[in-house]
Amino acid sequence: MRILLACLLALLCAAPLRAETAAEILTANAALVEKASRQTIAPVIDALGASGDPTAAAVLEAWANKGLGIRKSDGLFFLITANEGGYALTDLAGAPAGEAAKSDITELKPNAGVRGMIATALVQFTLSDPDAAKRAAALDSIAKDPKPEALAPLRAAITNEPDATLKAQKQRLERLLTLRFDPESTARIAAINSFGADLGLDLRGALNPLLATKKLAAAEPPTANIAQELKPGRDLSEAEAYDLLVSANLAPARLTIEAARTALIANLAGGAVGGIPLADLNTQAARDRAYTALEAAGTVPQAATDDEAAAALKAHHFYDIYIEPDPGVTTAAAAALKSIGHKVAAMQAADLALDGLSLASIYFLAAIGLAITFGVMGVINMAHGEFITMGAYTGYVVQLYVPNYTASILIALPLAFAVTFAAGVAMERLVIRHLYKRPLETLLATFGISIALQQILKNVFGTQARPLTSPAWLDGALTLNDVVSISYIRIAIFVLALLFLTFFLWLMKRTRLGLEVRAVTQNPTMAASMGINPDRINMLTFGLGSGIAGIAGVAIGLFAKVTSELGTDYIVQSFMTVVVGGVGNIWGALAGATMIGGLQKLIEVFNPSNTLAAQTYMILFIILFIQFRPRGIIALKGRAAGD
Amino acid sequence: MTRSFFLRTPSLLIFLICLALFTFATTLAAHYGLMSTSFVKTLGKTLCLCLAALAMDLIWGYAGILSLGHMAFFALGGYMIGMWLMYARTEEIVITSLANSGLPATPEEIQQGIASQIFGVVGASDLPTIWAFAHSLPLQLFLVIALPGLLALIFGWLAFRSRVTGVYLSILTQAMTLALALYLFQNDSGLRGNNGLSGLQNIPGLDATSQDSISLWFFWASAAALALAYLALTWITSGKFGSVIRAIRDDEARVRFLGYSVEGYKLFVFTLTAIITAIAGALYYPQAGIINPAELAPIASIYLAVWVAIGGRGRLYGAVIGAAVVSLLSSWFTGGRAPSIPLGFMTINWVDWWQVLLGAAFVCVTLFAPKGIGGLFDRFAGFHAPDRKGAPLGPDQGSLQEKEALE
Repeated sequence: MRILLACLLALLCAAPLRAETAAEILTANAALVEKASRQTIAPVIDALGASGDPTAAAVLEAWANKGLGIRKSDGLFFLITANEGGYALTDLAGAPAGEAAKSDITELKPNAGVRGMIATALVQFTLSDPDAAKRAAALDSIAKDPKPEALAPLRAAITNEPDATLKAQKQRLERLLTLRFDPESTARIAAINSFGADLGLDLRGALNPLLATKKLAAAEPPTANIAQELKPGRDLSEAEAYDLLVSANLAPARLTIEAARTALIANLAGGAVGGIPLADLNTQAARDRAYTALEAAGTVPQAATDDEAAAALKAHHFYDIYIEPDPGVTTAAAAALKSIGHKVAAMQAADLALDGLSLASIYFLAAIGLAITFGVMGVINMAHGEFITMGAYTGYVVQLYVPNYTASILIALPLAFAVTFAAGVAMERLVIRHLYKRPLETLLATFGISIALQQILKNVFGTQARPLTSPAWLDGALTLNDVVSISYIRIAIFVLALLFLTFFLWLMKRTRLGLEVRAVTQNPTMAASMGINPDRINMLTFGLGSGIAGIAGVAIGLFAKVTSELGTDYIVQSFMTVVVGGVGNIWGALAGATMIGGLQKLIEVFNPSNTLAAQTYMILFIILFIQFRPRGIIALKGRAAGD
Repeated sequence: MTRSFFLRTPSLLIFLICLALFTFATTLAAHYGLMSTSFVKTLGKTLCLCLAALAMDLIWGYAGILSLGHMAFFALGGYMIGMWLMYARTEEIVITSLANSGLPATPEEIQQGIASQIFGVVGASDLPTIWAFAHSLPLQLFLVIALPGLLALIFGWLAFRSRVTGVYLSILTQAMTLALALYLFQNDSGLRGNNGLSGLQNIPGLDATSQDSISLWFFWASAAALALAYLALTWITSGKFGSVIRAIRDDEARVRFLGYSVEGYKLFVFTLTAIITAIAGALYYPQAGIINPAELAPIASIYLAVWVAIGGRGRLYGAVIGAAVVSLLSSWFTGGRAPSIPLGFMTINWVDWWQVLLGAAFVCVTLFAPKGIGGLFDRFAGFHAPDRKGAPLGPDQGSLQEKEALE
């Protein structure tokens, strides 16, 4: 009845709606506006929107924000602003129109429904607002919360959009809205197909709801848009299927164990239930017998037995039903999502490769120092992890005194090298020198140093994580599309790893020191007789390896928490890197790092939430790998290989 | 075979007498209330650690294999016994609580109750398959030996057959421990993730017995296990077998060329020591009361090596002394009972500085006293290694001396 009345009113009002300006429209429909309701006001708002009057937007906005009033004396509309004692009036064209007492003005208070309609009407004004930022904001708000009502104003706002970027955005959004809300299924399918294998998250966000399904149980095939038929026991468990039947009132509820229990306890009489003594009710079979006896006696309601349940399942079909009724649209959406899926998978593989590469460069950085001490000198340095930690703490201390992050990192890198170089040389002089040729003893002694150092760092810096902040230009990420992105800090670490690789190669192949190091590695006695001082070379090599650990520490500290246990997290991986890659060879360390980093990321793909499992399986893999290449990927050949 | 076994190995008799006296003294002290229950437990736990150190000494000191993964077997043994303790204890509780519910409980209800009781903390309510034997003490006791033994057998077979030796093997064993620890840290590993197993000090069926008696029983059991293991290992190392594994330590290639199956010997020693360590763990954790994956951290195994090194490698009593001295000192220092040392500008608070001291002591022992505390007994007994001008090298090249090795 109310709807009929509304139609009648709308018809009645149709004639005066031809008015041109906002003021005229409002005045002509004053009664409607004053008692605005959701059912009746639509023509007025539409007319305001279609009027082309530049003041219409301001009027609508004021109306929604309780800033529109009617002067009681002459029924004219004004924009009103409350001041002390009354309102300041502005006429609809924007000119000041004096003041009025509170009692002279009827303030319009549109209800929530009307405000919503006004907001929708306002969309088209903001979409064609002269301010580009406001247009962009309007587009954003539509994209965030797509509504069918936004489609028409959006379409209207495309043609006269001056900004090319915004125009493209509007067109894209228009197609996104079309494929969801357009009444014509051909238009929707065309919109879906127009995207092709687009990678945008917004497209997937628009397509996925189209394919939402619900499960349905029915005796006959329903007329809805069927996604697939489900077989109980294959696609869904029999219990689930039966629950569907129960919720659709197609079958009686099954007897749960809990309900049976309650019923049995309720019918306990004289130490027995249904003729079965209480003490015997300690198996499910006995309880079932007792319940059947009660059923036979009529004291408890009938419950579906297993046979009945099976028969009910057989008599019904189960379907996945698309909530979207149009089969053409769902087919097109499914096809589009499938092709997007293929492309996303390819992109994810690329993203994964980048991730693996960046993890590999971290491992490489952490392991390169170890590759020098372990690989070149045959010395196991368990305190390597603590050198990494020391490097990170050096960065932290530098940042305490140098507030500029860029400068502090540039100072911290060489300083960390210097600190850990000194620590390494001291350790070599004091301890390791006495233990050459006794690798297991070296391992233990350096382990002793490691626990002592770790505890000292803990005592000095405390147990809580210390910040090591990267410069602002390293924040953010390089985003190629919605799938592939890599943070700048990881790129920086990758570059740092490359730098070190180059530096190391240059040092070993092009300098006098490198020549002497290689000579001492191959045959210390012969090197000594050629005038090389092996003691000095060993000291420098060890210092170099430790110094690089310090620099790696600064790099790792930029993205990890700087605690005294920072290095411990990397030490085993670093050893793995060196062992898997092959001892005594920088390319081996590189290959090992690439393999371990890549592998870890690859395993994480299968179980994304669980990095612990990834590490576990990776270590297992390494143990097996050692079986086949006990000397690593790149094994030294000849006499230098030792035993 | 002219002299009896006990006469050929005088340290065995001395050790057994000392252990017996110590056990007797502790029992008396506990009986007359001179020693708190928790201290009896600490002593019992220390004996278990000594047992693990004994195994470590066999594999490292005698066979020259520095395994950094034996504490994994220790913890596995603890987990195996802990599963039964927790299951049986929870079963008692569940049966008691179900008894008041009107009907006698069905086996399914009990099972369900136990599962949700144990696994509620990790959000699961089904008993994982690895708990299939947890209801039975004999089966679970068998697993204490079988599971670590099997793991050691497989790992050792893989490692030794591909001739992984020296530091590579050390790192590989460390990786094994780390992998196991990381695995157990997961909530879906079926062993309650990082919550571990707890309440192990409550022995099922012994509610009426006080913890005083239980702690003494476990103390006696630990002492007996230590004595038996010491006897067995002395017998093993003093015979021909001992000579072969020492020879493997000193020059593996030569032993192989002499026709011995080096891999077989190594594998046997590795598996045997894993089993001994697992038994030690199975005795340790009921006294500790709780076990979690942190116990498997690689650092724990390295501490085991530290004890043996400080006590003295290649001597069974050295390992026992090292483990006892270091672990007792460690609990004394970290327990906050050691007096702080004011240095004017700062105070040495031993809770914070004990690890520094331990690390430094360890470095010093490695550098200056490779024989450890056991070396003192040598000096006392008047044993001297032949002076070959130069420090003896490590187990890898132990038969060589420094000057020869340089060539």
